[in-house]
Amino acid sequence: MHTTPSSYTVVRGTRGSMALLAFAVLLVAFAASLPFWGESSWMREFVEIACYFIFAMMWNLMAGYGGMVSIGQQAFFGLGGYVMLSLGNFWGVNPFVAIVLGALVAGLISIPVSWVAFRLQGGYFAIGTWVIAEVARLSIANVSAVGGGSGTTLTALRGIEKATRESVTYWMALACVVASITLVYGFLRSKQGLALLAIRDNEVAARSQGIAVGRMKLAVYAVAAFGAGLAGALYFVGNLRISPDAAFSVNWSAFAIFMVVIGGIGRIEGPLVGALVFWAMNKFFSDYGTWYLIGLGLLAIVMTIYFKQGLWGFVQQRWGWTLFPTARRLHLK
Amino acid sequence: METIIQGVLLGGLYGLFALGLSLMFGVMRLTNTAHGDFIILGSFSTLTLVGLGLSPWLAMLVTLPLAWLLGYALQRYVLNGTLGKDPLPSLVVTFGMSIVVQNLLLELFSADPRSIDTGGFSTQGIAFSPELSVGVLPVVILALALTVTAGLQWMFKSTALGRTFRAVSDDREIAELMGLNARKVYALATALAFVLVGMAGSLQGVRTTVSPADGPALLLFAFEAVIMGGMGSFWGTLAGAMLLGLTQQVGFRLDPGWGIWGGHLMFLFVLVLRPQGLFPKTRG
Amino acid sequence: MAAVLQTQQLKAFYGDAQAIFGIDFELHAGELVAIIGANGAGKSTFLKCLTGLVKADGPSITWKGQAIGGMAPGHIVRQGLAMVPEGRRLFPSLSVEENLLMGACAQRKGPWSLQRLYQMFPILQEKRHAPGTSLSGGQQQMVALGRALMSNPEVLLCDELSLGLAPIVIREIYNAMPAITAEGMTVVIVEQDVSMARRVSQRLYCFQEGLVSLQGSSGDLTREQISQAYFGV
Repeated sequence: MHTTPSSYTVVRGTRGSMALLAFAVLLVAFAASLPFWGESSWMREFVEIACYFIFAMMWNLMAGYGGMVSIGQQAFFGLGGYVMLSLGNFWGVNPFVAIVLGALVAGLISIPVSWVAFRLQGGYFAIGTWVIAEVARLSIANVSAVGGGSGTTLTALRGIEKATRESVTYWMALACVVASITLVYGFLRSKQGLALLAIRDNEVAARSQGIAVGRMKLAVYAVAAFGAGLAGALYFVGNLRISPDAAFSVNWSAFAIFMVVIGGIGRIEGPLVGALVFWAMNKFFSDYGTWYLIGLGLLAIVMTIYFKQGLWGFVQQRWGWTLFPTARRLHLK
Repeated sequence: METIIQGVLLGGLYGLFALGLSLMFGVMRLTNTAHGDFIILGSFSTLTLVGLGLSPWLAMLVTLPLAWLLGYALQRYVLNGTLGKDPLPSLVVTFGMSIVVQNLLLELFSADPRSIDTGGFSTQGIAFSPELSVGVLPVVILALALTVTAGLQWMFKSTALGRTFRAVSDDREIAELMGLNARKVYALATALAFVLVGMAGSLQGVRTTVSPADGPALLLFAFEAVIMGGMGSFWGTLAGAMLLGLTQQVGFRLDPGWGIWGGHLMFLFVLVLRPQGLFPKTRG
Repeated sequence: MAAVLQTQQLKAFYGDAQAIFGIDFELHAGELVAIIGANGAGKSTFLKCLTGLVKADGPSITWKGQAIGGMAPGHIVRQGLAMVPEGRRLFPSLSVEENLLMGACAQRKGPWSLQRLYQMFPILQEKRHAPGTSLSGGQQQMVALGRALMSNPEVLLCDELSLGLAPIVIREIYNAMPAITAEGMTVVIVEQDVSMARRVSQRLYCFQEGLVSLQGSSGDLTREQISQAYFGV
């Protein structure tokens, strides 16, 4: 029954994943050329999908890897947007630079916010984050300098020609997508990433191994907030108009949840698949209004109960594909 | 003075919102993000029954057993499958339910706010003094809230059913070893919680206008009441509801835009200073 | 005499890890059988399979000839098989008396009642309204034992009654055994304390790494046989 293998190796990448990665690099290069030959509507769509994807991937990082389920990430999404807008409108900062700054502010603000949010656990943590997002929304709605409850427009890009603005926004979005994927992937492959998985599986055991659970969770929370802020700032550069209801809407979290549930939680490729599926569904079905949303809700319910691993999870289990491998596998010889 | 009374009365209503949430979390650690939407569903159920010709009070009474059945079925056939260590499945499923209920109501009733017509009862008042007059309806609601809280507390402490709820919540495995069917017990708890939800929804519809998108706000109020009050205690939940009602009324008084915002801030304040709530019961 | 409880090649898994590899076990009415073995031998897992807390294959466990493997615990306790779980596991939100009353949920008729339990363990009557978990270890064990008895079982399974208790308390609890078996109750005890197990039981099984390594009459087995089977040397 027991045979001792003579030797073993620990393997992470597969030949398949290398090939897919090379393909992905080519794809990015191809995508970067889009503004030269593509229609402007495509670029706008891409920017929108990019925002959905980044937001979903960050939500996924928090929930799937950090074990923290939040329905209040829109707080940082909106904050990123409003900071970007303020910097652009009032201090003349280049909006594209302001995107990164907005994200940084969101990331920094998440630290004191965590002192409050981390008082709660599990389902109550989720709702607590929603309350915090509501506080953000109501607070900003009272600030008349940014248009109060009805919002305002981004004036800083007024002087730039439309085609240029759209191209640069598009490249910015592409850069943000690549950067976020690299950031998350690098994080998960590192020692910190391994610690995260340990915490997700068993917090008490992880702590007993010397892992600073509190600091890790804060790190994940802050990174996710940064990412959410990035997505938000980018979205409103593309949209040019911001309002508290749009920026801090709980729908953002709902969309993230749907994308991750459909794509597959706990994996990097999941939000990617989910964002594409979500965009496609939006394209074809959003005309049906409320019935489309009812269908989405039912789909999320059914997938959570019967199809927990999501589309990519299914693919990974069935065929062992991994585009961004992070798990180490033992090969016995 | 009047603000304080209004706050306490509002607290009574929030108590009714919150008790169902507290019950579901207490028995099975389930957070129902669609809680507020089911309250609104209760309002519309009563509205529909009134539309079919029933008197408002009879409509309310008929909504209650319907709510019981819905709660039992939902828990038994959908939510039971989401229970476990991971909070995500129950969160996603209830979130999905929230979307479904809101949009279903939107389809059936449109976004117009409506109210349940009680022929002037909702505006009747009792005059305590020339300056101070208090609405009959809010007093009735407060009385109901107190009765329900006392009832739940008594049920949990002194009846076999309450013992069952406590045992299953403590240790599901050993409770099953005693012969209990945890799935059925959970379904009973949710059924009871939904009766409270149906009651709260009907009263909300009488008191003010309701529209399909109102749910999430009510969820947040219920949630804040439960957390501020302290988990594990129904009187605590009612106390938390009172605090919320008072804070909101004071906020409204200072500026119409500050009522709800003030409530949220008070919640965060209590969360930071006393995270276990005002009257927590420590559970094993 | 037909066995009241029997297992045939019982296997059990925790997820992908196999804990029991094929155990044959027989229990006759009125016996007191002991199961001994080192930690991780599968003793508690075995009891959990019998009571339905761990899934087992249908026909591999039979109760009076009927296959009960894999049935719900509630159903099994109503058949007359009760367990005192390892580590007591009283309900923290319930008082002593409420914990005992929970045992009666199976609603089986029989001689055991609150009165009788209070006669057997008077300290419990004294502390009946105290929270179950505020009692000492030995008293909690009495409550756990009483709770199982309240279901008026035909077969009582006791998982590590002596765990974490002082020797004098262990003796006090086992002194109650004759009162329990006097009316024909069949008992299985899982015990760390081998000498206690030999003293109170008629037959004994030794488990080792998920299999039976020794079985026989408690009086006949020698210490050498037992320690060999226990440690697997």
